[in-house]
Amino acid sequence: MSTSVAVDNLVKHFGTTKALDGVSFEVERGELFGLIGPDGAGKTTLLRILVTLLLPQSGHATVLGNDVVTDMWALRQRVGYMAGRFSLYPDLSVEENLQFFASVFGTTIEHEHDRIAPIYSQLEPFKGRRAAALSGGMKQKLALCCALVHRPEILFLDEPTTGVDAVSRREFWDLLDGLTREGLTTIVSTPYMDEATRCHRVALIQRGRLLAVDTPASIVAAFDRPLFGIKTPNRYDALRALREYERVHSIYPFGEQLHYTDKDLDREPRAIQREVAEFLRSRGIEQVSVDTIEPSIEDSFIARMGTPETMRGDAA
Amino acid sequence: MTPEPVSAAASAKTDAIEAKDLTRTFGGFTAVDHITFSVRVGEVFGFLGANGAGKTTAIRMLTGLLTPSGGSARVAGHDVYTESEAIKRNIGYMSQQFSLYEDLTARENIRLYGGIYDLSRAQIRERGDRMLEQLGLSAVGNRPVRDLPLGWRQKLAFSVALLHRPRVVFLDEPTSGVDPITRRQFWESIYETASSGTTVLVTTHYMDEAEYCDRISIMVAGKIAAMGTPADLKHDRGVASIDDLFVQLARPA
Repeated sequence: MSTSVAVDNLVKHFGTTKALDGVSFEVERGELFGLIGPDGAGKTTLLRILVTLLLPQSGHATVLGNDVVTDMWALRQRVGYMAGRFSLYPDLSVEENLQFFASVFGTTIEHEHDRIAPIYSQLEPFKGRRAAALSGGMKQKLALCCALVHRPEILFLDEPTTGVDAVSRREFWDLLDGLTREGLTTIVSTPYMDEATRCHRVALIQRGRLLAVDTPASIVAAFDRPLFGIKTPNRYDALRALREYERVHSIYPFGEQLHYTDKDLDREPRAIQREVAEFLRSRGIEQVSVDTIEPSIEDSFIARMGTPETMRGDAA
Repeated sequence: MTPEPVSAAASAKTDAIEAKDLTRTFGGFTAVDHITFSVRVGEVFGFLGANGAGKTTAIRMLTGLLTPSGGSARVAGHDVYTESEAIKRNIGYMSQQFSLYEDLTARENIRLYGGIYDLSRAQIRERGDRMLEQLGLSAVGNRPVRDLPLGWRQKLAFSVALLHRPRVVFLDEPTSGVDPITRRQFWESIYETASSGTTVLVTTHYMDEAEYCDRISIMVAGKIAAMGTPADLKHDRGVASIDDLFVQLARPA
């Protein structure tokens, strides 16, 4: 395998804000690589540096062997980039948008048809429609098509699924799977933790720093203590009660359950299950079940992110 | 503060939102197609649906911003056709896209919204101070909102939407893009708000958040395709999660 992206200690400040605070990682050729983190974590800044739209203050990055600062013009022909905000021309039709992006790179829709066909076929029934009148999912597909029309060797997608409903998100990831199978290297950012499992490897990013870079399975496997799922009809009461429990290490809601970890790493899981259930009963909370469960990427992110922005003293 | 139990609030006589056959057409297109549902006082109601399913149109009717083409609806006891101004006074609204004026400070935003809702200067000062103190933002109350981290802005926007003590608050993707811990803290403030008797209608694309709601509805092509408690819906439809149910309904095989 060869390296498609090499990032070495990138730093980018905006005024006093450290958007990127020393970020290093590599992406191999053919990988579907996810950049996972909340808004303001630095995802967009990182992607914009990699596609030569921003200059870093320090550090280095190469994409396809081209330095993102000194080989900018060579690199621009070779990368595809889909910006986070809908970046098409709303008053142009689907077909006109695509024609425009093709012509910027000196090519035509017809000439590139085999590259974009799997995606364009879904858009073709609406090719006369103005881009502004497309649904959220369709807009994203058109933007992807436009990013692919010049046959880039690597694709950078900035939050392509943000604000898109759960079904359209799945469909979009299916399209990315197809592109990956054809060998295209793809780097995609998302704030949706559950989408990590669609990637070969992911970087978890928070406040300009990487919390982890690994396969989703390895990140989850590195979760350092047993995780328990608590079910009860009185979820909110149980949450408040467990905050005051002397053995609690972490407690937070997660879907229909509460996720709990214990301070004591050596304790038998069965003993913990029993004690937590007893504690809740002692607080008048009935119909409690406590089970050991597998952590998800989101659990791992929460465990690694430490104190969130809203709990820090230095709010601004 | 000790919130009252939800059950006490929920036993109130009138529902916070009652919609019957509520419909809105645009030309030949029916965006909302005879939806019927009600939300109890103090309930957290998740209003889900795919993009383009009609959620936004429905919310615009329920907030008095758009006149329905048919059907009826009452929000906080007021009729959407004839009492839209009364509705606006009794509801709060917050969306991810637009909530606060970013060039204004937190205190200026509070003054602006308080003024719009006819609160007295004393009320604005007293409620504003207490809000900033509870949010831990007293020290940065005079900084432009744009300088605050996103999670803080969202919490502030939610508090500002509650400043005039509305009976119903509409939250449109309030946690979009927020980190996982802040997202959970936000939901705790939703619970707290609901348990003090304010009714919450919330939209989200995070399917795990759907599970936090007392009840949810899922809109598909202008109609409500499913409605109930998350537990009942999963049980009745034989699915493991609301995410699976959502996919099943929105894209039938």
